[in-house]
Amino acid sequence: MGMGTPNGTPAILADGLVKRFGQTVALDGLNLSVATGEVHGFLGPNGSGKSTTLRILLGLLRADGGTVRLLGGDPWRETATLHRRLAYVPGDVSLWPNLSGGEAIDLLGRLRGGLDTKRRDDLLDRFDLDPRKKARTYSKGNRQKVALVAALASDVELLLLDEPTSGLDPLMEEVFRECIEDEKERGRTVLLSSHILAEVEALCDRMSIIRLGRTVETGTLADLRHLTRTSINADLAAAPPAGLASMPGVHDVAVDGSRVRFEVETDRLDGVLRALTDIGLRSLTCQPPTLEELFLRHYGRDADDTAADASPIDSKSIDSKSIESKSIGSKAGSR
Amino acid sequence: MTQYAGTTALARLIVRRDRIRLGVWVYVIAGLIASTAYSFRGLYQTVAEREAFGASIRANPTLLALDGPIFNASTTGGLTAWRFGGFAAVAAAMASIFTVVRHTRAEEESGRTELVGAGVVGRRAPLTAALTVAIYLNVLAGALTILVMVLLGAGGAGAVALGAGITTCGIAFAGIAAVAAQLTEGSRAANGIGFTVLGVAFVLRAVGDAAHGGTLSFLSWLSPIGWAQQVRPYAGERWWVLALGVGLGLALSGVAYALVARRDIGAGLVPPRLGPASAASGLRNPIALAWRQHRGSLVGWSIGMFLLGVAYGGSAKGVGTLIDTSAQLRDIINRLGGSRGLTNAYFTATLGIGALIAAAYAVQATLRARSEETALRAEVVLATPVRRVAYAGSHLLLAAVGAAILLAATGVGSGLAYGVAVHDVGGQLAALVGAALAQWPAAMVPAGIAALLFGVAPRLTTAAWALLAAFVILGQVGPILRVTQPVMDLSPFTHTPKLPGVGVTYVPFVLLTAVAVGLALVGLAGFRRRDVG
Repeated sequence: MGMGTPNGTPAILADGLVKRFGQTVALDGLNLSVATGEVHGFLGPNGSGKSTTLRILLGLLRADGGTVRLLGGDPWRETATLHRRLAYVPGDVSLWPNLSGGEAIDLLGRLRGGLDTKRRDDLLDRFDLDPRKKARTYSKGNRQKVALVAALASDVELLLLDEPTSGLDPLMEEVFRECIEDEKERGRTVLLSSHILAEVEALCDRMSIIRLGRTVETGTLADLRHLTRTSINADLAAAPPAGLASMPGVHDVAVDGSRVRFEVETDRLDGVLRALTDIGLRSLTCQPPTLEELFLRHYGRDADDTAADASPIDSKSIDSKSIESKSIGSKAGSR
Repeated sequence: MTQYAGTTALARLIVRRDRIRLGVWVYVIAGLIASTAYSFRGLYQTVAEREAFGASIRANPTLLALDGPIFNASTTGGLTAWRFGGFAAVAAAMASIFTVVRHTRAEEESGRTELVGAGVVGRRAPLTAALTVAIYLNVLAGALTILVMVLLGAGGAGAVALGAGITTCGIAFAGIAAVAAQLTEGSRAANGIGFTVLGVAFVLRAVGDAAHGGTLSFLSWLSPIGWAQQVRPYAGERWWVLALGVGLGLALSGVAYALVARRDIGAGLVPPRLGPASAASGLRNPIALAWRQHRGSLVGWSIGMFLLGVAYGGSAKGVGTLIDTSAQLRDIINRLGGSRGLTNAYFTATLGIGALIAAAYAVQATLRARSEETALRAEVVLATPVRRVAYAGSHLLLAAVGAAILLAATGVGSGLAYGVAVHDVGGQLAALVGAALAQWPAAMVPAGIAALLFGVAPRLTTAAWALLAAFVILGQVGPILRVTQPVMDLSPFTHTPKLPGVGVTYVPFVLLTAVAVGLALVGLAGFRRRDVG
């Protein structure tokens, strides 16, 4: 434990989960803690063990080691009782080819103990889904919508969503985000597995990043950002300070006349900027660390030193805005 | 020729994916022929012995309906062609249907054709590849049949005719399957159409052959299985008959190509209809869901079984009349219990066939629990409060009820047809429905094995089919091979009382049911303990 759990028992608590399939080790001591009422991002590349974890939480697979509690119960032993209180959307939704989408939604809702028909119709409308079509004729995105509508229209405490937007178009992704915001307001707990970083950034209070079946980071995005570097591109009034490269937390300095580019560990940002403003700034571009960078760092595709160059999309001019304007920390900090 | 681009690569892919499956089909077909010929060679060593055996067959419409006409009983080859020529042709037809549908419609349904079709692959290539492999499979099975017959000393023109007859029946059904695969969007439905045609072909042949020269004999000529036999291997081969199967196969392939050119990938000829926007109030538990999944095929199988029953029941009266033709045979028949005994024996045999089909249905229905699991649909259901036992139990329940319905349909068909013929509908209906249902406990044992494997060793569920096939072969070949009783006793079908016509003893029913239920319970317990997926 020891992770931020604001009210009472966590909705999900996994400690040292191990799962092997023959020779393959799918989970290798995974930890996961999701507080009641929070939207928790579950991040990892393909094959890192996200779906395996969800299947253990659902009692479909039995863990070979470690402990796991779900809504205060044992997911393997109390499967049916716990399932009354949760809904699940698989990553690869497979439906009965000869049932219509509407029939599948009603069936899944009833198996779960009933669904709110008003909410069902509202969701069908929002997701723009024709419930009369046979599941055989649905695209992947539409099959996912069926599972989402069935899950969101059920009266449950916990939603387990396994890459629920991987087949949705950007418009529908937006609808999905609105729906999750609604769920959060209702006080439901959501575990959202994803590798779409913008989605997690926009929706999640906290997140866990896993790799090769182990948790490598857990916390709010603000927490995690402190582990990363901000890249700075500045045009100075004079030559850069001589000691810049040796300042604590500064890496990869490249000087070109009065222009300087370097990376700085995010918690050392303040001192370094002060040194720059002492010389005088003509312009400053500052790229805050993105989740993408976090991701790349952990999956070791890029070495630490080049990670910050990954994408200029989030670059912002400093002008009047504060550097931390995009911080998501405030969201988590308000709790 | 761009329409055929990529055919070779696709055909290689099929062979690579199915190398074991295809090999098993060839082995089963040639193996059945080889074991039959080998046992006949040992059992009836002189011409006189073989002729006497042949005469007893000719007088018995049961055997004629089951196996086909016997054209030449004087040689081992002639006996083999009679005993398994027709069944081998049925096996070749099954191999063709499975192979063609699996690599055309099933591939489209899974979306893989789309993936492949985006490459340099012509519109006609997937169908051509599937047909090519199916034809090669049948040619190989035919060639191996010729080889084993030569090795067993029954070579010559007869061996070639036997092998070629099997091959051409397979080719005819490859064409039938090619058309079936164009009609529907689902591969299950396409297989269903193929097997319905096969069932009709078998019944036509059975009724025609049992008529034994009577007015209905022409029916055998409406069946590709009949053609394989009418080539008359080892009995003055009529080579031109081979052209019928090949011609039908080619003509239907042409039809299939025309249909391919007219439709979109993934679409059937029948446009998909819209379904209801919300579910009927009854669709609310696992049993209702399972019923929804099973009902289509159950209705189809039931109609087929009813018709099979009608066909067998309708030809049963001939059993009693034929024996008057020979005093010597009348003597034999009287020792077997007289004309009445012969009719009863006939129904025991035909209902026994019904039991095998019902068992196949029950295995298939039980394994639906597994196919739902591998299709990831079980996961969605088991993430709700539905218990594992309820999920798997629903499919088992429908397997058990479905098998009973199929047996009852056979009994009703036989009872009605035979009852009308002998002016005793009420009595025959009751007797034959009862006798048909008596087969139920034995038919459920293979389903119990399937349930056991599903729960304990889900990757090995196909072994349930292998065991059922072993029971079938034991029942068909066992008596000819004079297999010892302890070995025969391994098959549940050995233990069913020979109804109608004998007193009912309940012990075998209770024991067989207990075995089936016990196996299923162990399977369910195993399923509760194992990983899903």
